[in-house]
Amino acid sequence: MTARRAELTLTVNGQPYDVAVEPRKTLADTLREECGLTGTHLGCEHGVCGACTVLVDDEPVRACLMFAVQCSGQAIRTVEGLADGESLHPIQQAFWEHHGLQCGFCTPGFLMLATSVLESRPDIGDEELREVLASNLCRCTGYQNIITSVHSARDQMRS
Amino acid sequence: MKPAAFEYHAPRTLEEALGLLEEHQDEAKVLAGGQSLVPAMNFRLARPAVLVDIAHVPDLDRIDEADPASVTIGARVRHLDLEHNTIAGPLGSLIASTGRWVGHYPIRIRGTFGGSLAHADPAAEWCALARALDAEIHCRSTTGERTVGAGDFFEQMAFTTCLEPDELLVGVRLPRLGDSWGVGMAEFARRWGDFAIVLAVAAVERDGDSIAGARIALGGVAGGPVRAANAEALMAGRPATAETAAAAAAAAAEEVDPTGDIHGSADYRRDLVRAMVTRALDQALA
Repeated sequence: MTARRAELTLTVNGQPYDVAVEPRKTLADTLREECGLTGTHLGCEHGVCGACTVLVDDEPVRACLMFAVQCSGQAIRTVEGLADGESLHPIQQAFWEHHGLQCGFCTPGFLMLATSVLESRPDIGDEELREVLASNLCRCTGYQNIITSVHSARDQMRS
Repeated sequence: MKPAAFEYHAPRTLEEALGLLEEHQDEAKVLAGGQSLVPAMNFRLARPAVLVDIAHVPDLDRIDEADPASVTIGARVRHLDLEHNTIAGPLGSLIASTGRWVGHYPIRIRGTFGGSLAHADPAAEWCALARALDAEIHCRSTTGERTVGAGDFFEQMAFTTCLEPDELLVGVRLPRLGDSWGVGMAEFARRWGDFAIVLAVAAVERDGDSIAGARIALGGVAGGPVRAANAEALMAGRPATAETAAAAAAAAAEEVDPTGDIHGSADYRRDLVRAMVTRALDQALA
């Protein structure tokens, strides 16, 4: 059974994207296949790993657990929207400097999760930050360098 | 890992939503936060032909505190909003401490209170809280509204409630708890944010140094949330001490009949009941 495609306009990183998608197409697949924004990675596709985390109205969501048809009219932000031209966002710079990634597969999800929480709660404490970062899975770094990177970005973004 | 095709509706009014449920009956599923339904659809464990997205139905995202004796939580109130609730007294603190245990942070941003109850996972925190406080669950259809107590709402088969296919859970009424009440919540999971293996929610009413009454609900030990009736009965009239808490926890471990699975054997779960009830009661009596 093929359902009728829904025509909608998604706003991603401030740019409008006109797409026609089946209702069953997740936001993650739509970003990758319809918008050509392949920075958002899909790991588990059932909300466990967090690799596909993007921001919808500035809040982090698992893009594999949301359908694109639910996102019409909302502001979507992906990893492609972090850097300003050639200059990296402080969170990206911090991951670079503190070796917060190895293979890089989980990185877009961690960057968006961290960006959201540091923007909404610039004074978040270490313990709570650790709990938030526990939302996503990384199989390379052992998490310690991710935590160090996000602490560094927090201090950078505050100043 | 892609869901089967479905027809999508995003009604703008409650009447429209109920009309869609009446029309499509058990072909339809209600989509709220989607944090349990969408994984099930991605696995194709659920293959609804029609999704009724209630994101735009007005008023379902409110916590109604108008009544001095109770608080009514709208179906679409998010876990995160409950974690940071401003409800006065022990009820507010119990909801806040329970909310912290629901999934991970991004899940708490999307997932909803009503969705959790309607999904009825046997290890769900909100289901145990609703059962502990004898929540009244408001179920609406095109023919009207009925109110079901939490004891009747959850069936003793996992993921099963008394909701009819044309009914929408619209809100949940919880009694306010006065200052004579103490509350506690304890959960054991392998990792922070994972599903509970066993959890306990407790609310204890004090009468001076003794206990007027106790409510203890458990998750992860049966098909639905259960009350530890023997433990509750044992506490009534006894002194509000750690010894009473320990005796109640032992009674709770005795009265449950858990099933073992890959996450823990029956004996292990029984021992966790003792430990979690002790912890929840220690908080409630502190």
